[in-house]
Amino acid sequence: MTERTLRAATAIVGVADRASPTGVLEQHGRALEAAMVRESLADAGLTIDDVDGICYGGMAPGFAEYLGIRPRFLDGTMTGGSSYEIHVEHAAAAIAAGLCEVVVGVYAATPRGDRARKGGGRPGPPPGPNPMLEWEMPYGLRMPMGAYALAASRHMAEYGTTSEQLAQIAVDTRRWASLNPNARYREPISVADVLASPIQASPLHLLDCCLVTDGAGAFVMTSAARARDLEKPPVHVLGAVSCSDHSMITAMPDLAVTAGAISGPAAFAHAGITDVDVDVLMGYDSFTITALLHLEDLGFCAKGEGGAFVEDGKLGPGGSLPTNTNGGGLSYTHPGQYGMFLLVEAVRQLRDECGARQVPGAEIAVAHGSGGVLSTMATIVLGGETTR
Amino acid sequence: MSPILEPRASDDAAPFWDATRRSELLLPWCVACARPFWFPRAICPRCLGDAIEWRTATGNGVVYAASVQHLPGPGRDAADGPYVVVLVDLEEGVRVMGNVMECAPDAVTIGLAVRASWQPLSDGRQLLQFVPRA
Repeated sequence: MTERTLRAATAIVGVADRASPTGVLEQHGRALEAAMVRESLADAGLTIDDVDGICYGGMAPGFAEYLGIRPRFLDGTMTGGSSYEIHVEHAAAAIAAGLCEVVVGVYAATPRGDRARKGGGRPGPPPGPNPMLEWEMPYGLRMPMGAYALAASRHMAEYGTTSEQLAQIAVDTRRWASLNPNARYREPISVADVLASPIQASPLHLLDCCLVTDGAGAFVMTSAARARDLEKPPVHVLGAVSCSDHSMITAMPDLAVTAGAISGPAAFAHAGITDVDVDVLMGYDSFTITALLHLEDLGFCAKGEGGAFVEDGKLGPGGSLPTNTNGGGLSYTHPGQYGMFLLVEAVRQLRDECGARQVPGAEIAVAHGSGGVLSTMATIVLGGETTR
Repeated sequence: MSPILEPRASDDAAPFWDATRRSELLLPWCVACARPFWFPRAICPRCLGDAIEWRTATGNGVVYAASVQHLPGPGRDAADGPYVVVLVDLEEGVRVMGNVMECAPDAVTIGLAVRASWQPLSDGRQLLQFVPRA
């Protein structure tokens, strides 16, 4: 057992609760949760602007969106009644590690009131009606593709990005896939092929979109000390930062800038690297526009210059920024939540296990995950043996 | 047109939905911040204040992002053909989703000036939509 280093590293500084002798509370759902957040912050002498981390026993981004905050630490652990103690444990570790400074954790459930209301509180689906169902679904946006298409439309209008430039990302990712015997699609494609594929939600074509495949993966982590004595060379976590800035696309502050513009530079700083140190970039490519936004937000090029940056094929085999070397979500596999595959490929590249698609001498790899509709970004910087 | 997926009205948005019955666009404003926010909820997503008031909006806005759906999305039918989904920045400073009606989908470009229009729902409420502003 590794010695734990959290002793007296953090403190609980504010609390709130609400109960009634009637057993019934007037408020419920999101409103009640928000009230508890407000009261616990007041108890601490803090405001919502101080909060940069959130613990929520369920899908945290929707609650963060409701509060109007942009957390860079999210814990959605759900273990039943012990969830909230585990949230404290995780928050302590996160704060001690410098991932965030002020974490708020919340819980509300109103089973008695819900009975009278016939639902509307927790447990169950998100408390109260789902804002996406109320404010987006009636408009027939194809999901998730349509949300990314809106982002692409904005990037094109603002920066002159072209469909040809987006297509180049699909072309180079396919070149990597051709080197991966497990990839779903390995036949080379051209920019013209992408543009000739059926348009799905303008400006995105079929070949701008990730696959739908089966897939599975796993990872194991331990202490750096113990890792030294195991079978495979260790791959160290050098930096890890997340950030969530909305849940539904209507609430995304700027459709051309993701929360990766916060998580990426912060993770690089944690790791003590800059963009030129990255040997392999695994940037979640749910759609070509997704990958392009990562390049800008992580700082590989300036905002708005992603289109010109990818034009010369530098993301592909032999290029200066090997990206999505397994063939990506666009050509390797995409079972729905592809983030695991980013980590697996990054580790294999750093262990020199990738055969025909191996990036020679790779020492630093970045796995940059994207969740929701460009909603929640997490940047993990990984380093091989020499980087510790 | 195929029936759209009609939204269930949340309690926090009841004043909004009631106003749609008379073709009036209301936005929630935070009393403390003196600013509107979107989507309607019990607290202000800037200060967490729970004093909310409803004010009439002009309905005028500008298209912020646009995507033509070439295959039908939720609640739509292929027979309806392509339609455009937009995000609109309203004059008051909030961004909402909609469709632009009475206009060829491909003619809807970013920066297009639009105004609110209303699409009837089955229960007398109306769905906020947009048409090009002359």
